[in-house]
Amino acid sequence: MQIPPTQPSPPHGGGEGFRGRPAMTFSDTGYDIAHLLGGGILLLSFVLLYQRRLEGVITAFAIQGGLLAAAAAWQGWVQDEPGLYVTAFLAFGAKALLIPLALRLLLRRLGLHRTVEPALGIGPSLLAAAALVGLSVMVVLPVTAGQAQALTRENLALALSVVLLGMLMMIGRRNAISQVIGLLSLENGLILAATGVRGMPLVVELSTAALVLMLALVAGIVVFLLRDQLSTLDTHVLDRQRGEGP
Amino acid sequence: MLTALILTLAGLGLLAALAVPLARFAWAGLAMHGGCLLASVVLAGCGLAVLLAGALPVQALPIGVPALVAVDALSAWFLLLLGLAGSCSALFGLSHPLVAPRLLAAYPLFLAGMALTLIAADGFTLVLGFEAMSIASWVLVAADHAQAENRRAARRYLAFALLSGICLVPAIGLLGGVAGDLSFAGIRAAPPQGWVAVAVLALVVVGAGAKAGLVPLHNWLPLAHPAAPSHVSALMSAAMTKVAIYVLARLLLDLSGPAQPLWWGVPLLVLGAASAVLGALRANLEENAKTLLACSTIENIGLICIGLGLAACFRAADLGVLAGLAAGAALLHALNHAMFKSLLFLGMGEVAHAAASRRLDRLGGLIHAMPWTAGAVLVGVAAAASLPPLSGFASEWLLLQALLAAWRVGDLAFQVLGVAVVAAAALAAALAAAAMVRLFGLVFLGRPRTPRAAGAVDGPMPARLALLLPAGLTILFGLLPGTLLGLAEGAVQVLLPFGVAERSGFAMVRVGDGGARYWPLALTLLLAVVGGAIWWLVRRRAPAGVARGPAWDCGFIAPPQHLPFGDPVTQPSAAGFGQPLRRMLGGSLLAAHESVVMPRPGDPAPARLTSGYADPSEAWLLAPLARWRDALAVWAEKLRDLPLTATLMLPFGTLVALLALAAWLEAR
Repeated sequence: MQIPPTQPSPPHGGGEGFRGRPAMTFSDTGYDIAHLLGGGILLLSFVLLYQRRLEGVITAFAIQGGLLAAAAAWQGWVQDEPGLYVTAFLAFGAKALLIPLALRLLLRRLGLHRTVEPALGIGPSLLAAAALVGLSVMVVLPVTAGQAQALTRENLALALSVVLLGMLMMIGRRNAISQVIGLLSLENGLILAATGVRGMPLVVELSTAALVLMLALVAGIVVFLLRDQLSTLDTHVLDRQRGEGP
Repeated sequence: MLTALILTLAGLGLLAALAVPLARFAWAGLAMHGGCLLASVVLAGCGLAVLLAGALPVQALPIGVPALVAVDALSAWFLLLLGLAGSCSALFGLSHPLVAPRLLAAYPLFLAGMALTLIAADGFTLVLGFEAMSIASWVLVAADHAQAENRRAARRYLAFALLSGICLVPAIGLLGGVAGDLSFAGIRAAPPQGWVAVAVLALVVVGAGAKAGLVPLHNWLPLAHPAAPSHVSALMSAAMTKVAIYVLARLLLDLSGPAQPLWWGVPLLVLGAASAVLGALRANLEENAKTLLACSTIENIGLICIGLGLAACFRAADLGVLAGLAAGAALLHALNHAMFKSLLFLGMGEVAHAAASRRLDRLGGLIHAMPWTAGAVLVGVAAAASLPPLSGFASEWLLLQALLAAWRVGDLAFQVLGVAVVAAAALAAALAAAAMVRLFGLVFLGRPRTPRAAGAVDGPMPARLALLLPAGLTILFGLLPGTLLGLAEGAVQVLLPFGVAERSGFAMVRVGDGGARYWPLALTLLLAVVGGAIWWLVRRRAPAGVARGPAWDCGFIAPPQHLPFGDPVTQPSAAGFGQPLRRMLGGSLLAAHESVVMPRPGDPAPARLTSGYADPSEAWLLAPLARWRDALAVWAEKLRDLPLTATLMLPFGTLVALLALAAWLEAR
């Protein structure tokens, strides 16, 4: 990520203005809306954690994808970066439409296991999630103090929280589909961080999007195979199925 | 002149690169060793010139990364040593060249790595040269990898080399400090303090000590030296261990600043004393000539480290003259040891070529078959036994004089330690003399123990030259220690910036401000006169016309028909020669054991006497390490059987822990 060194950067507030608009200040609309969208994504991460039914999880994930697309588009407009619109379009197409649709189809085909079996209880996982958000805020805000724009700082804290929550979801669920969704929501956090920083090349975001599609594909195949061979989606049965032995 | 040095290094690199494509020609070995001989002569010449004319300024190495080189008096002293040892080794290589392409490539790289370490003027270049030296010498140790014991030696050598690297890199990093200025000038400006200094001391002593062969980390030496070709082991023993000593001296005495406390030199002093005793004792028990010499190297490295540690302690106690004496003795002994140990290794290489064995029990009587080699090795053996007027005596005498003045440091604990170290050094010197007597007696005196030993002949001219050159230098250095100390004055100044008095002359070495003096030339004259008088008296008293006859014959009987060279049992064996010392000292230090297995009454089988010993580092250091390694491996293997959630938990937990650490560090 490159921040042009010639631009003077004020202590806080969004740096130089774009399209001739004055520099963003703390109460600027750009800041507020970016913050709102990022906060929404984080909120949906919490929603993902406490949903007990798989349909609910998939719906929450679709909404998170839509919010991510909106956040990327908003960043594209604020930063005057047409490439971000492409990112937003891809995020919307893949995260909000394609993958949730595919997961729903999968659920219908498999027909069973509509409820999530958490390995970690709902209450403890929400508590852990709150602690993780606190940790990421404590880490990111002091580190970036006085270095980056406030917009980036808040965004980074939110994105790191989303990443950590995605990991927590992968750990706290035993169902293969929930784990896949945890991985994808982790990736949402990465995209959120990438769009928030000015100067991230488009190719990085495009390759990340391609990676996500591949991940979803592989995960889908794994789920199918699990279902076919072991007639369950509980990944704990995999613990006995490793190595060359029978 | 620095340009000439850099060009020499580049030439050695080119030689290594060309060695592989050219190795199929018969003259490749000759050309490569000739090139190395030339390079060594240039190195020695540059070292001598700098010692005479003054230091060369810092210059950047044209390799694309920031690497500084410079030559000051300390570097120059060790360059001189490296050049001389390299010349002898390459001369020997001309008559018995290496053949395999990988060895032809590794030999010049080994030389270049050592030279680069010596001329480095920043930490990066120092480590670069040190590691190049380690890796290249590993290839050379693995030369004859068809044999399992050589593979084992090479593996252990590599493990110790890695340990050196693992310790030296963080030590350099700590010396660089937060600013990260790795140039020697920058490190000198901000010497380490507090716990950083302690960490640097521990890391450097382990890192460079493992390469030099200091005692708990000496295990690779007796294995690696017999595995390598003779002239390579000569170079390893004479030059590589000295390069490690140079790194010790440079990092601990020069770069860490003169303001370190009294205990700064104590680790070197203690480890040096332990190395000296253990090495000399093992040298008395080994049955392979090259292993014996490797153990003798451990002893001499111990003596040099005693000198360096003593210099650091005297410096801390503001005894500048004594510090200069100890440092001068250490440097002088490094040079002298390089010469006589090259000579001994090359001599044993010649013996191994001619008599096809390095086992003492298969040699004997070679003084008749190989008079040139025997004469040269006699000089080396006498120097290693520190007999006057040879070089070993001069430096060990200086060292003992410095040690005897250790009481002048006011601290009582240090005085007690000084007394113990004096006893250890004296014991080591005596044991070394015994080991050398045993080596020479078993290899060159008596009767041949095998037919092959009876048919040995001296090597070709370059090989003889390779023995005569270090033998001549050993005699010369023994006669002129005062001149050499004068030459080393600059190097001593680098280690101890203040308070060194002029104390040496052409004909006399005076110790500090005390009364002890050593006149090597006068002593030689006296010895020559006395020896001549005795010879003359004996000749005069003897009847004219001496006839050789089998009078009492010292227990030798006329060889029976089936053993034309006599029954080997009638001569002392290597194990038998070492038995008294094994019984006296080996029991506690080397866990020596001896047992007699008697046959049952009525059984005509012979009784069997079995004896042996084990190095304490095997039982106390390497065996626990191996156990820990196995336990760690078992533990790490369990990670493979973790369930999916736990596998995910590992990186997640690590990430959260690191984030928490970052948050905590910010909050402070």
